[in-house]
Amino acid sequence: MAADPRGVLTGQHYLDGNHAACEGALAAGCRFAAGYPITPSTEVVERIAQRFPTMGGVFIQMEDEIAASITLQGGVWAGKKALTVTSGPGFSLMMEHVGLAAITECPCVFVNVQRGGPSTGLPTLPGQADMMQARWGSHGDYEIIALCPQSPQECFDFAIKAFNLAETWRVPVMLMMDECVGHMTERVVIPNAEDIEVVERNFTKKKPGEYKPFDAGDGWVPEMAKAGDGYNLFVTGLTHDERGYPVMNHHAQEKLVHRLVDKIRKNADKICEWEEDGIEGAEVVVMSYGITSRVAQRGVEIAREQGIKVGTMRLIVAWPFPEKRVKQIAPTIKSFVMPELNYGQMVFELERCVAGMTRTVLVPHGGGEVHDPQVIANAIIEAARGKN
Amino acid sequence: MTTTEIKFGGLGGQGVILAGIITGKAAALFDNKEATLTQAFGPEARGSACSAQVVVSDTPILYPYVTRPRVLVSMSQDAYTKFSPQIAQGGMLLIEQDMVKPDPIPNEAKVFGVPATRIAEELGRRMILNIVMVGFFTSITKLVSVDAMRKAVEDSVPRGTTDLNLKAFDRGFQWGEKLIH
Repeated sequence: MAADPRGVLTGQHYLDGNHAACEGALAAGCRFAAGYPITPSTEVVERIAQRFPTMGGVFIQMEDEIAASITLQGGVWAGKKALTVTSGPGFSLMMEHVGLAAITECPCVFVNVQRGGPSTGLPTLPGQADMMQARWGSHGDYEIIALCPQSPQECFDFAIKAFNLAETWRVPVMLMMDECVGHMTERVVIPNAEDIEVVERNFTKKKPGEYKPFDAGDGWVPEMAKAGDGYNLFVTGLTHDERGYPVMNHHAQEKLVHRLVDKIRKNADKICEWEEDGIEGAEVVVMSYGITSRVAQRGVEIAREQGIKVGTMRLIVAWPFPEKRVKQIAPTIKSFVMPELNYGQMVFELERCVAGMTRTVLVPHGGGEVHDPQVIANAIIEAARGKN
Repeated sequence: MTTTEIKFGGLGGQGVILAGIITGKAAALFDNKEATLTQAFGPEARGSACSAQVVVSDTPILYPYVTRPRVLVSMSQDAYTKFSPQIAQGGMLLIEQDMVKPDPIPNEAKVFGVPATRIAEELGRRMILNIVMVGFFTSITKLVSVDAMRKAVEDSVPRGTTDLNLKAFDRGFQWGEKLIH
């Protein structure tokens, strides 16, 4: 389906990543947002609050992030596409409700404009240290999807992708931006509404009485209904059966939670997305994501100028992780090199998938700025020589 | 030109960030170049010297920050003191000449001055000094085309002030042209 033209600001713009993410959400059909302002993410909801009245959307500034992340889900069950926006400390507060969205299969989008942490950390400077939290931050077994844009254009594009994935799989989707991408201003091209593909919610055509809100049938993802349309909707964080009613035993747990996990794991091939270049014949492959992938590309160029055969793998979807592809590449190269604006997060997942088939080298950075490309180049060169 | 780093510095309220946005927008939207704008957001952005940084390039910009500006546009003495040591060897230093005394001149930079505030006052609005500076920048550096810059000014200033802002741009541009010819 094409986007609703009311939300689409077709044309060429000079926008920062935060404003571009807002425009992507609007183009994807987001018409409800709840948030609590926090640097460096505030411009996303500032613009949403400004833009929504012209297209019938509702933005509520809540008392805190806990409230924002549950109000978000009320909006979804009322039938809207919805998002919330935050950064590190607010993301921590939202974790309980990420789990609620996972177990109630509430399709929604969490935007995290990452800053340096832990705690209050570096409010105005970039980090990429919430990547594990995005995946594992709430308790219990569940899966989410996380996307990592590297430019304002991708903040726009991936915001649409985030909503489409949320609706397709009925999971919370994390748009994992960072302060650098969020506050960086570049050209953003917004297509015509009819050229933007959006996935609409799969509302049931069954009659009330026949419909069970958590019955996935032979597939992975149950159809949805809107509260107030006459359907019997029981939505709880407790383990539940197809009707949504709490059932406190291991049979119900196995049936529900196994599906929540497997609907992503068994469909990872359809969800995983990355860009790769020069892998064949490479000695070293640089894996990166978000703003770091741009800086890493410069490091790769420097290393290539010195005759090193370097391939690249840039994660567009960080979670689920492209395990299958990594396992294909690992035995063919001397080493993976992974720069991140943290002291080691996604590199652990890389190591797990590599499973000893080759070496992995982390190029850590605590955040507050981006890597010096020369440092990444040095790590590549040393990895090619087997020295680090 | 492949990649050029530009930094605009001045006092909060002088329109420093808008000067950066206009330059980046002109290059990215109207000259079909790549242009990445970053700005300081911390407490340092709320003190005496604030800045906007623009990287303009013919190829995709991988490293987004300005480290050694080829061109520094300084609208205040504080900004000059803070940012001028960063200027690239033999780079260009463009100053609001009534506000900035460039002493010493770092890294053998070439200095070009314009009385932007006085020109803006003559036109009746002191606050358009940033647009005078943008016009001056256009003529001195030739990094972005005049047409693109004028379009970016039109696209960026509040409605109803377009003519005044374009006048300010032209006056700054002419001052620069006289200086270099």
